[in-house]
Amino acid sequence: MGQYTAKDFKSNQEVRWCPGCGDHAVLAALQRALPSVSEEEKLPKEKFVVVSGIGCSSRLPYYMDTYGFHSIHGRATAISTGIKVARPELSVWQACGDGDALAIGGNHFIHAIRRNIDINIVLFNNRIYGLTKGQYSPTSKLGAITKTSPYGTVEPPFNPGSLVIGAKGTFFARSLDMDLKLNEEIMVEAARHKGTSVMEMLTNCVIFNDGTHREISDPAVKADRTIVLRHGEKMIFGANRDKGLVLDGMQLKVVTIGENGITEADILTHDAHCADPGLQLMLAEMKGPDFPVALGILRDVAADTYDKGVNRQVEEVSAKAKVHCVDELLRSGSTWEVV
Amino acid sequence: MQNKVIDVKDVVIRFAGDSGDGMQLTGSLFADMSAIYGNGLSTFPDYPAEIRAPHGTVSGVSGFQVHIGDGSVNTPGDFCDLLVAMNPAALKANAKWCKPTAMILVDDDAFDEAGMKKAGFTTENPFEELHVEDRTLIVAPITTLTKESLKDSGMDQKAILKCKNMFTLGMACYIYSRPLEYIYQYLEKKFSKKHPEVIAPNKKVLNDGFNYAANIQAIPNTYAVAKAADLPKGTYRNITGNQATAWGLIAASEKSGLPLFCGSYPITPATAILEELALHKNLNVRTMQAEDEIAGICTAIGASYAGQLAATTTSGPGISLKSEAMGLAVMAELPLVVVDVQRGGPSTGLPTKTEQTDLDQALYGRNGECPMPVVAAHSPGNCFDAAFNAAKIALEHMTPVLLLSEGFLGNGSEPWRIPSMKDYPAIVPPFVSGELAEGEKFRPFERDPETLVRRWAVPGTKGYEHRVGGLEKNHAGVLSTDPANHAQMVAERAEKVQRIASSLPPLKVRGPQSGKLLVVGWGGTYGHILSAVSEVEGVSFAHFDYILPLPANTGEVLSSFEKVLVCELNSGQFARYLRGLFPGVDIRQCNKVQGQPFLVTEIVEAIQKEM
Repeated sequence: MGQYTAKDFKSNQEVRWCPGCGDHAVLAALQRALPSVSEEEKLPKEKFVVVSGIGCSSRLPYYMDTYGFHSIHGRATAISTGIKVARPELSVWQACGDGDALAIGGNHFIHAIRRNIDINIVLFNNRIYGLTKGQYSPTSKLGAITKTSPYGTVEPPFNPGSLVIGAKGTFFARSLDMDLKLNEEIMVEAARHKGTSVMEMLTNCVIFNDGTHREISDPAVKADRTIVLRHGEKMIFGANRDKGLVLDGMQLKVVTIGENGITEADILTHDAHCADPGLQLMLAEMKGPDFPVALGILRDVAADTYDKGVNRQVEEVSAKAKVHCVDELLRSGSTWEVV
Repeated sequence: MQNKVIDVKDVVIRFAGDSGDGMQLTGSLFADMSAIYGNGLSTFPDYPAEIRAPHGTVSGVSGFQVHIGDGSVNTPGDFCDLLVAMNPAALKANAKWCKPTAMILVDDDAFDEAGMKKAGFTTENPFEELHVEDRTLIVAPITTLTKESLKDSGMDQKAILKCKNMFTLGMACYIYSRPLEYIYQYLEKKFSKKHPEVIAPNKKVLNDGFNYAANIQAIPNTYAVAKAADLPKGTYRNITGNQATAWGLIAASEKSGLPLFCGSYPITPATAILEELALHKNLNVRTMQAEDEIAGICTAIGASYAGQLAATTTSGPGISLKSEAMGLAVMAELPLVVVDVQRGGPSTGLPTKTEQTDLDQALYGRNGECPMPVVAAHSPGNCFDAAFNAAKIALEHMTPVLLLSEGFLGNGSEPWRIPSMKDYPAIVPPFVSGELAEGEKFRPFERDPETLVRRWAVPGTKGYEHRVGGLEKNHAGVLSTDPANHAQMVAERAEKVQRIASSLPPLKVRGPQSGKLLVVGWGGTYGHILSAVSEVEGVSFAHFDYILPLPANTGEVLSSFEKVLVCELNSGQFARYLRGLFPGVDIRQCNKVQGQPFLVTEIVEAIQKEM
């Protein structure tokens, strides 16, 4: 098709996020990604639907010139599921925050993953409740001091990657808000993936949780503290591209190429398509200071989708059915005449 | 033995036993057989919440009441002519439902010391203890006879004991002159594929029960109930309310040309609607057993947004969970049918018992001013029309609609004259049409000046991209916190619902059109009130199928009577609603909140008190 540019996906609504909020960049990436998706999937713009729940990031549908549904807290995943089951030909995108998807909407989130419904979930993780002005979320670090945890939280956070991959989700990617190019790439891949795609965007909340991802997003340290995984490529990172990941027994280990006889050949090659989630789970759980945080597409495996299954069953049952309309239904089974 | 067959107008039979004794099946078979024979019919399953409550205890007693007649039958009957009690607990729980002239058939083998103790009898004669010793008692060793009947069948002891209900059914068939052929056919149909080996033994035990009843001297008379003469001509079938609800939704799907989507979560007593819909994927039905009640309604809202006829089915506690999402559907102005098969509340309450206690919740149970049309079904068969009409209102007026059913209707059954779909109206949702002018933006909340209904643009419609959601918007679909806009939108949403009244049938009065007393009901009390008013002269009756909005002539009807007696299975919710709307009307109440339907006698007494 190739008829759209990012501008076609911008609505005429004023974007009301705080200046400097990470959500702006994610929105821009999505507006850049959808023209490519449209071209690849031969889908006109009116076939895109953007759904959201409640929270700062859930305002996103208003800023997209597509069909959009800004729903209620936590329920976006259930609404997206209904849309996709009803109309599998639509491209369904969902914006939700860490509180929306993992706290109040946690149940819908895990069941979408279990069913593998073909929707694309952009999970904005700023580790805080922004719209309600600064309470801790299910991804806030242990000990986080917020308005509802003035003495620090005493509950450990979810790692969304562990949650998705641990539940054998079929697609998980992670990225930093300002990495526009990587984010666009991830979104295009997520659209290609048939099944529930979860894209965790590590976003910065300038007002209530400024710098929460700074330890990996700071340009001075980013290259050494993150690794961008690409399917089929070596797991190499670092400012000098000399660090890599290897398996040491059952554990991952960071090594330096050229030290202790390590060569590039020793470094693991990323297999996002591997059905066994074991290694991908270890990658998702990597954190500093010993490990880089994994970015990019950690897992992307093929599996049957729920929407296809539901609609295939409708077709199969219809093909064999003896009852084809309501009049026949009403007269099926035991009936009798009163004359 | 010389036996006299007495013709009777109607009989009520109550089958009662342990919840594993198969009494629901026995009762249903007796009912289906009578329906096909041509009797008028009404049934009432009354069972405990536990699948297998403690064996032999009163709390574990499961009952199924069947009322058959030679004319239309409005209710399952207050008291029974025959009580079948498979154990002492069943006798104890149900003796109070026996007419003074009733027969009581018990399995003597179950009345041993242990059984009597479990049921809490303190003397040796359970009949005297319950003051029913003067009824016609048929004390038969059913367990022993069943074992004897099937001793050469090759079945194991456990399987043989499961056939006790068939022996009992055989006896009941003898007493009421029912031919066994229908049950034979049922057994063949049900078991021919998977367990053909059980067909012959079941037939044998059924037949042995029939013959045993014919041979003993304990049954003085047998009875015959003639075919119903006053039933309108046509093709009939037996139908439960839940099945009719499911079929009504499918009918609305066909008439609107939209696929049906149902997102639900299992809950008693509504589950059978989802089960029924799941069977009919061949009719363009998609069902989704969601992860919870909220996902049930939210997937339905998603399907509705995507342009399908969407429904979610539940009972009271599920409605509580869905209320925020119902508000979203009100705000987004999307069509949706929310079915509430009411049960005893609050909280988990009485899951298997019937009530009409969710009316307030249906009318008011959402945050903000959040009006939703409320439609009520009045009999098992009427659930079909009620569901169809609820869907028609939802689709044509772009609103979620609450359809109130009741456990009594959902599980109950009646012969139903099969309608023809050509007699049902088309359903025409207000879809957008045509292309927008260059630069023109779709205004999703612009309204039809007459009905105040907005237009429906579903994803995939070129040029109509727009956003809906829970936040207040203006007609253009743009977020707005403008005070005047909010006031206007609140008023318009309420007025839109009120204007549905102009397309509703007027409230009809049965009996004198004005006078001293009008008896009023809504929902599943219809049959009981109808029976009651026909026993009292000079009293009028009006039954509400539409609760919000009310039929346009409601005020006129109510004010034509000196007094209005509102009968309902709650503490007076509809009465309060009517008082608020029609303060000049003298509204009296007849209420019952016991988890049980009315007895006709209770309503008759309440009417007589007001006359």
